[in-house]
Amino acid sequence: MNGKTLYDKLWEAHVVRTNPDGTALVYIDRHLVHEVTSPQAFEGLRLAGRGLWRVDANLATADHNVPTTGRRQGIADPVSRLQVETLDQNCQDFGITEFGMNDPRQGIVHVIGPEQGATLPGMTVVCGDSHTSTHGAFGALAFGIGTSEVEHVLATQCLLLKKSKNMRVRVEGAIPFGVTAKDIVLVIVGRIGTAGGTGYAIEFAGSAIRSLSMEGRMTVCNMAIEAGARAGMIAVDDKTIDYLRGRPYAPPPQLWEQAQVAWRSLYSDAGATFDHEIEIDAGAIVPQVTWGTSPEMVVGIDGRVPDPAREQDATRRASMRGALEYMNLVPGTAIQDIAIDKVFIGSCTNSRIEDLRVAAAVVRGKRLAHNVKLAMVVPGSGLIKTQAESEGLDKIFAAAGFEWREPGCSMCLAMNADRLEPGERCASTSNRNFEGRQGAGGRTHLVSPAMAAAAGIAGHFVDVRSWR
Amino acid sequence: MQKFTTLTGIAAPMDRANVDTDAIIPKQYLKSIKRSGFGPNLFDSWRYLDEGEPGMDHSRRRLNPDFVLNQPRYAGASILLARANFGCGSSREHAPWALMDYGFRVIIAPSYADIFYQNSLKNGLLPVVLEEATVQQLFEGVYAQEGYRLSVDLDRQTVTTPSGQVIHFDIDPFRKHCLVNGLDDIGLTLEHVDDIRAYEARRRKEAPWLFR
Ligand code: SF4
Repeated sequence: MNGKTLYDKLWEAHVVRTNPDGTALVYIDRHLVHEVTSPQAFEGLRLAGRGLWRVDANLATADHNVPTTGRRQGIADPVSRLQVETLDQNCQDFGITEFGMNDPRQGIVHVIGPEQGATLPGMTVVCGDSHTSTHGAFGALAFGIGTSEVEHVLATQCLLLKKSKNMRVRVEGAIPFGVTAKDIVLVIVGRIGTAGGTGYAIEFAGSAIRSLSMEGRMTVCNMAIEAGARAGMIAVDDKTIDYLRGRPYAPPPQLWEQAQVAWRSLYSDAGATFDHEIEIDAGAIVPQVTWGTSPEMVVGIDGRVPDPAREQDATRRASMRGALEYMNLVPGTAIQDIAIDKVFIGSCTNSRIEDLRVAAAVVRGKRLAHNVKLAMVVPGSGLIKTQAESEGLDKIFAAAGFEWREPGCSMCLAMNADRLEPGERCASTSNRNFEGRQGAGGRTHLVSPAMAAAAGIAGHFVDVRSWR
Repeated sequence: MQKFTTLTGIAAPMDRANVDTDAIIPKQYLKSIKRSGFGPNLFDSWRYLDEGEPGMDHSRRRLNPDFVLNQPRYAGASILLARANFGCGSSREHAPWALMDYGFRVIIAPSYADIFYQNSLKNGLLPVVLEEATVQQLFEGVYAQEGYRLSVDLDRQTVTTPSGQVIHFDIDPFRKHCLVNGLDDIGLTLEHVDDIRAYEARRRKEAPWLFR
């Protein structure tokens, strides 16, 4: 017996039945719902005359379409408004708990799950959203699903799945000053490539990962999907358990001990084998900046825009050329010479209290550069916003010329009014730099909160390791 | 779900790797609460020169003459030839909905992103996986010959080229069964209600905090 991986353990604990072809019916403990990928699923249930299998396993919030200013006036765009109202109506009709747009607990679905303790170790967590991998930071098996699967979970509390392969990414050593969880995961994505994790569940391990806070671990797991893996996860330890204690949906005191004992077995056994393993030296990581239109197109802050002419593979060379054209960048340009127009600090990758504290520390007592038209800070949830305000972070941002907004997805994907105009260049703490992601023609550079904040002050990318 | 058995149709080339779901169907169209009507906005930001918004009259928008699907030779294409990691990015099922609404029933590529692959199968859009070199050969065929048509037979698991070359592909037997018969996943799962209930009863004892 070789021992089991964390993923093996989570998988086995949830198999309801196995089919002769090896696929399995897998039980889902928590289903998070948002307005964009659910309306057609509820419609499907209604058409088939089906109800919910287990109402209490669901938790909903509106995040993608919600405005980040003037929320009391409602949503101006009638199409967005209808989508949010449809979620409200569906939750009401089916009895699902929803944190509506004006609820103080509202926020990005992947931020509020852990914040409420609705994401727990050992759970299977799904949501009609690819960044559901975030919740794996708690030793859960968490992955994104499409709308057909949303309907399937609502109706059966199960999904029909094929087991993934096991990959482990070990990040070892001390994390240097100025380097954050975001830089670590960008390095990982750059190494594995956007398709490298396809078909795998990735476990992030090693001393550097263990040294991260829960917020940092969520940032890492969040971007597992950017390496192609549906699920990313991290073993349970004291930090996991301490984070969850006392949260509204966490086990009540009479079950806490029992839960804790069970959670402590959620790690990969010493003898477990992985189909693929990668090791990364944390000490060698520098702050990262993406230069292209795929998260794998990433380089250190001390680097330069690469030259496609030096790429051997024809398809990759073509991708690089296309990316540089879209990004309007010339090969060989130093990353620090790239000037920006906007700053976005937010998204399910980097909008938690720790991210906001780091960014605030960078901008404290400074002013936004003249060439930067807009810098916005969008907390991940209403509770984070309140917390940040109680620490005075909103004042620090405002004094530096950064706008302090209401929680939501905002300019991560620009489904609401927050977006880049064609040609604008943005330092963004989000997770995708695809063409048009932050607005048609907009150009996105993915960075950590500290790097985004510093770029806003300097007007171009700068190395936060030498920031004072 | 729509059944899939066989199809013969014009193949169109989407000659770039890592085509993401934001490119397949941009976010502004995700505000729809329907499953249909996404076809005119497939590849919207590549296909049109102006910026698209929901509710626009597509017949009045400026087409990008350089975009491959706007070339007359690919009119009516039902098979999309693509490169590695097609459909990466978000979980939006609007991506397969848009491809199907446009008229595609088959995609042929060396690899797909996991969620997109599953979403396609659940909608009757057949994602065929072929070796990189074979896909390359098909691209060359499409470029060389106007009206290049492929025949796809799911039962036999074959793609046949105009010259009569027969290429085999693999597919999960269960998924094939569902596609050929147009089966509804939820209906199939609900045949195992007793198993689900038994699992829940056991789990409730082991981990009662999960059921509150
Ligand atoms: S913040 Fe961005 S990536 Fe995260 S759920 Fe919202 S849109 Fe998706």
